[in-house]
Amino acid sequence: MTGSRSRPAYLLLLPAGLWLILFFVVPAVQLFGTSLYDPAGSLTEGYRMTWAFGNYPAALAAYWPQLLRSLGYAAAATVACLVLGLPLAYAIAVKAGRWRNVLLIAVVAPFFTSFLVRTLAWQTILSDSGLLVGLLRDVHLLGPDGRLLATPFAVVAGLTYNFLPFMVLPLYASLERLDGRLLEASADLYAGPAATFRRVTLPLAAPGIVAGTLLTFIPAAGDYINARLLGTPGTAMIGNVVDSAFLIRLDYPQAAALSFVLMAAVLLLVVAYLRRAGAAALDRVA
Amino acid sequence: MADLRLHGLTKRFGAVTAVDDLDLTVPAGSFFALLGASGCGKTTTLRMIAGLDQPTAGRVLLGDDDITGLRPYRRPVNTVFQSYALFPHLDVEENVAFGLRRRRQRDVEAQVEAMLALVQLGGYGKRRPAQLSGGQQQRVALARALINKPRVLLLDEPLGALDLTLRRRMQIELKRIQTEVGITFVHVTHDQEEAMTMADTVAVMHAGRLEQTGPPAELYDLPATPFVATFLGQSNLLAGDAAGRTGDDIAVSAYGARFTVPAARSRATGETIFLGVRPEKLHLATAGDDVPPAHQHVTGVVTDSSYVGVSSHYLVRTGWGTELAVFAPNTGAERQVPLGAEVCAHWHPRHAFLLNRPPGEGDRTAPADANLGVPA
Ligand SMILES: Nc1ncnc2c1ncn2[C@@H]1O[C@H](COP(=O)(O)OP(=O)(O)OP(=O)(O)O)[C@@H](O)[C@H]1O
Ligand SMILES: [Mg+2]
Repeated sequence: MTGSRSRPAYLLLLPAGLWLILFFVVPAVQLFGTSLYDPAGSLTEGYRMTWAFGNYPAALAAYWPQLLRSLGYAAAATVACLVLGLPLAYAIAVKAGRWRNVLLIAVVAPFFTSFLVRTLAWQTILSDSGLLVGLLRDVHLLGPDGRLLATPFAVVAGLTYNFLPFMVLPLYASLERLDGRLLEASADLYAGPAATFRRVTLPLAAPGIVAGTLLTFIPAAGDYINARLLGTPGTAMIGNVVDSAFLIRLDYPQAAALSFVLMAAVLLLVVAYLRRAGAAALDRVA
Repeated sequence: MADLRLHGLTKRFGAVTAVDDLDLTVPAGSFFALLGASGCGKTTTLRMIAGLDQPTAGRVLLGDDDITGLRPYRRPVNTVFQSYALFPHLDVEENVAFGLRRRRQRDVEAQVEAMLALVQLGGYGKRRPAQLSGGQQQRVALARALINKPRVLLLDEPLGALDLTLRRRMQIELKRIQTEVGITFVHVTHDQEEAMTMADTVAVMHAGRLEQTGPPAELYDLPATPFVATFLGQSNLLAGDAAGRTGDDIAVSAYGARFTVPAARSRATGETIFLGVRPEKLHLATAGDDVPPAHQHVTGVVTDSSYVGVSSHYLVRTGWGTELAVFAPNTGAERQVPLGAEVCAHWHPRHAFLLNRPPGEGDRTAPADANLGVPA
């Protein structure tokens, strides 16, 4: 572990490091600067740097419902992805046999169309005159005027649909490595299928679960396409607020401040989550 | 207590018949060794007893209960796996406690501690399997199965990874534990010495079939098939033909000479036979020595001799070219026989045995360098 020994390792980090500095760190610093501009300025009059830390409480005071909603929707979508993704990943990894590759391609197939188009397709699926709503109204799961589109359900469903592959792929990777002989040992030691799943499969898949939840939750919390296309102003997420502040209201300091608020909130949650689940998971496989 | 019985147990994997029509009774409370070469179907047999593989045909009975279709977690049977299969996410204690916890037993901690002490792993409870040596992992696997006090404990080469000293110690320990707890042990191994020293009953398997079952001394003294004769210790098998019976003896003609074997020591059912003699039952007489009157002999030349401490091993080339193995104990009363000496290899007929010989097959003698079956 001497300095000269690890030099090649640092060299390998260089390209990605430069990329990150150029396209992440520099803009982030710039954005942070923007968030501290004088809120009285405007695009036409120009902005002055006044270290206006007050932008943060102001933004938070105005938009805390959207922030909470974002985190809530993202959490709901993450849970839904986990519930849908775990059996799917398990089936692909353990039961699919020679259909495994076909099914994996099917999981990533939606990526072949654009995010926007996929979400627009959901608009059609959930629309008031669509098959689904008709069916649900017929079986009285929805009232005669009940809707799916423009509800929180639609937004969460859209998020779930769009981010499901991010959950399934890491889950699949960890389940695929699962040693079948451990499941046999578990059965030999009086564990039925449910106990084996809970005591052996799930703990051993923990790294995949942690990775999958992070890969789903983080982008979902910042998403605004689903809320825009499938929701209403009443279901707006923080991403929608940032979007309109930047592009419509042209309130750059506020938009920048909100971006950082979201980043900080997600970071806090992720750190708290990793300290609970992640440490346990990494410790388990070590 | 209930006997474990296998009836016509058969397992086919596609074209491969891993286990072929196995009939076996393992008496309750016995230490039963399943012995056979690699790939002969030992693991597959255990897996069917444990319920991890469903037999293609046949039944598994525990006492009067047919457990053939029972799920593995409902069988009072535990396995020490050939690959250990320890849970990597649990520490040693929780690995050992796994079966007890699934059955909601009391006093788990105390039982685990006692069990770890039994396998000499006290103080290792908080370690992960990855932090243990191969031999320690094996002992955890043993403890994890044994703690459940199953009706039958299946051990799939549980001592395979241990060095010789630890292996011997664990053999004695296992035997002691088995006697103490009175659980039926089915112990799979391909080490014939291990099977002989530990088991009450040894079953020898070959290519999915059962060759012979019985107490170790019986299998060694009077093997039933050429495979058993050469797998369990060494044998000199001379190709011959049965030539009628005189009184209690069966006459054998081989290579122009006539021999006799007591009828009670014949497993042969036809005319085409092997005349078998164990190497340590052969004695060498050099020119001037007397061959005891009751003994029978063949003559030859010593072509190889090796001194292995407790005994000397010779190869004697007969007139027809077969090399017989002869083990002579180094009691101090006998002198070494020099290479090239003309000798007479003789034996008492009550130490010979007769086996069926596949038609057309010639002599079978053990390879000179194989030290298997050297009686210590
Ligand atoms: N799942 C399987 N699919 C196909 N063939 C199998 C399977 N399991 C075992 N076999 C075959 O069945 C035969 C018996 O295998 P088994 O594992 O029972 O041998 P073994 O006696 O335990 O050998 P070893 O001493 O090497 O452990 C072998 O020829 C093996 O290749
Ligand atoms: Mg095996």
